[in-house]
Amino acid sequence: MSTPITHTIVNLPDQATAQIPKRNYINNEHGLLSWLLTGDHKRIAILYLISITFFFFIGGAFAGLIRLELLTPAPDLVSSDTYNKFFTMHGIIMIFLFLVPSVPATLGNFLIPIMIGAKDLAFPKINLLSWYLYVVGGILTLAALVLGGVDTGWTFTTPLSTHYLNTHVITAATAIFVAGFASIFTGLNFIVTIHRMRAPGMTWFRMPLFVWSNYAASILMVLGTPVLAITLVLVALERLIGIGVFDPTKGGDPLLFQHLFWFYSHPAVYIMILPGMGVISEVISTFSRKRVFGYTAVAFSSVAIALFGFFVWAHHMFIMGVSNYSALVFSLLTMLVAVPSAIKIFNWAFTLQKGSITFETPMLYAFAFIGLFTIGGLTGIFLGSLGMDIHLTETYFIVAHFHYVMVGGMLMAFLAGIHFWWPKMTGRMYPESLSKLSAVTSFIGFNLTFMPQFILGYLGMPRRYHAYPPEYQVLNVLSTAGATVLGVGFMLPLLYLGWSLKYGAIAGNNPWQATGLEWQIQSPPLTENFTEIPIVDYEAYDYEWLEKKQREEVTTVG
Amino acid sequence: MPHESIINEEGEHVVLPQHRHHFETAEQQREAGSFGMWLFLLTEIMFFGGLFFAYLLYRNWYYPAFAVASNQLNVPEGAANTAILITSGFFMALGVWAAEVRKKKLLVVMLVFTTLFGIAFLGVKADEYHEKYEKHHIPGASFSTAMFTNPAAYGINEQPLAPDMAQHTEIFFFLYFAMTGMHAFHMIIGIVLLFWLTWRAHRGEFSSGYVAPIENFGLYWHFVDIVWLFLFPLLYLINRHLPK
Repeated sequence: MSTPITHTIVNLPDQATAQIPKRNYINNEHGLLSWLLTGDHKRIAILYLISITFFFFIGGAFAGLIRLELLTPAPDLVSSDTYNKFFTMHGIIMIFLFLVPSVPATLGNFLIPIMIGAKDLAFPKINLLSWYLYVVGGILTLAALVLGGVDTGWTFTTPLSTHYLNTHVITAATAIFVAGFASIFTGLNFIVTIHRMRAPGMTWFRMPLFVWSNYAASILMVLGTPVLAITLVLVALERLIGIGVFDPTKGGDPLLFQHLFWFYSHPAVYIMILPGMGVISEVISTFSRKRVFGYTAVAFSSVAIALFGFFVWAHHMFIMGVSNYSALVFSLLTMLVAVPSAIKIFNWAFTLQKGSITFETPMLYAFAFIGLFTIGGLTGIFLGSLGMDIHLTETYFIVAHFHYVMVGGMLMAFLAGIHFWWPKMTGRMYPESLSKLSAVTSFIGFNLTFMPQFILGYLGMPRRYHAYPPEYQVLNVLSTAGATVLGVGFMLPLLYLGWSLKYGAIAGNNPWQATGLEWQIQSPPLTENFTEIPIVDYEAYDYEWLEKKQREEVTTVG
Repeated sequence: MPHESIINEEGEHVVLPQHRHHFETAEQQREAGSFGMWLFLLTEIMFFGGLFFAYLLYRNWYYPAFAVASNQLNVPEGAANTAILITSGFFMALGVWAAEVRKKKLLVVMLVFTTLFGIAFLGVKADEYHEKYEKHHIPGASFSTAMFTNPAAYGINEQPLAPDMAQHTEIFFFLYFAMTGMHAFHMIIGIVLLFWLTWRAHRGEFSSGYVAPIENFGLYWHFVDIVWLFLFPLLYLINRHLPK
């Protein structure tokens, strides 16, 4: 208060008198059943948030075990079979049970109806069904783990998964099949809601970019996931009764499996990253007090990524025996995806230019995202080039590449979003300095973990082995040390966010002075979000509109 | 709340009991429902798409095996089933119309007919599957290629296949069972839903202007029909024009 210089835009109500609104979606009904049978998109988002956090830490524990084994060159902690099960579980849990639902099912579920001025998603019961399917998928995954694990890798590559392994492949495949339908229903709900339930005046080009990016991701979920479903059915049938479709001895083709699998699983990468990009657009705009530069270009680049994403799958198969011509075409198409991704990065940079930038925690995570995602994206170009790919694929280079995109990109975006909308979801602020510390810790820990892996991969250390030649040890020790720091960086938010639920400062409606519709209602919101459906007469990220509105409010009260 | 009502024939506003609280208007609810159903059908196309893709690939690779194996399917029964399914779809369309003009009894009758023809389809399908069982054409341990390596012994007027090519008929029959089986599975789900809808229609739920469930189910049922209309030529008819 004493310093006139404003280095923060945080604007909290007077803590002596402020209160959490008496009626809100959290205390509207009581009892466990009121949560388990809810149709409220905000409550379902919270259910999802709790479940994906649970699975994140299980997946993280496996990551820790993997790094622990790789601390020394000798295979001394676990046997090779157990190690295979570790990285398989890490992959399955992190991809299907954390990354795919992370932003859409939590933040998207919570925010999309509010951002477009609707009372709920179009199909609340299907939304709840989606969470239950997710839980069933999660339980089946845990069952596969408890019964003895599965060691196919998260890719279920045939004929390994169908003919050579005697682990719980079918249980794990069923788990992913079921969880896949959770994702399909989320995507379907988003698309219908965005098309049919926008408030009066909320045109397509007034929607926040978060909605656009989730819309693009939903298209991928709806079109891609069913193909994964049928592929997993075929794998299960091949194992159970030997149908021959993927079995070369009967004339089947294992490569067909990879085509079908990557037809989903490459777009799945964009299912994971696109909603995160939406979070970054919101955060960057709010903390530089500027409309996102090139709004239309950023909006369309999401759709372009979704579209291109369907035509690059064979770049996962360059060394698998696809023809040179198709490899050439897919390499070229892969390069094309770099264009819309770069459009986003450049437009965020131009948004920052001459903005009034402040450095709250979500903004720190957003900066981490931009840097790490750019590294992840650029190393993707190495892998998309045919010659380089032959050298780098199946090494730690590729492991580092996708962790830069998925953890450095998506997880940072997820944490940016969680911190950004935490006051809206709970009505309370998180502790600012502690959260800044954790953001910086995660950033340092992340780079320490994965930067050495680029070098390891380039030097030729293959992925998915539990032992390695002694000359790679220094870099592996660095990586394991980084993983420890990263673990601390991820544990801290769990602790202080939990703490803030009871002791955090009261946030008020609009602590960030942001423009989205979600910031114009109380925090936490009412069960049906709005007392009256808003009429939207301003563009997204119009800070002058917000200023005018706030001035008028003051005059009315005064 | 005037926007939560619709205007009935006498010009009065009535609030429908089926109106969900989070929709602004009944029209919005109906549009959202049907849009959701179309999207769901799109996911279904992608789901079947994987199987169609596998079919196209292997048909290209193992053309002779696919040709003779296809000729072993029962065309008269397949054609009868096509007619049965189209008739079922016709009654479904009449059912949607009956709901729209609020004729409760007619709607129930049409739904019953739709169900009966659906069940008839499954009956014929079961008979076809049984025929495959007798011919040892079900992929698995009892599968036999004898009919393709030595067709003359079975009184079949075909060129015999070399044993390795004949082996690939198993893939054809697997795809036949997977595709028609997945289709039959969708029919069974549809018939279960039909029982439920018929019961609700009998209680008069769809006779007061609220027809969305009937309409949306109609979309699903027609989609299942259309899948069959692709399966029948691709599996049964595709080689019939060739001289033996």
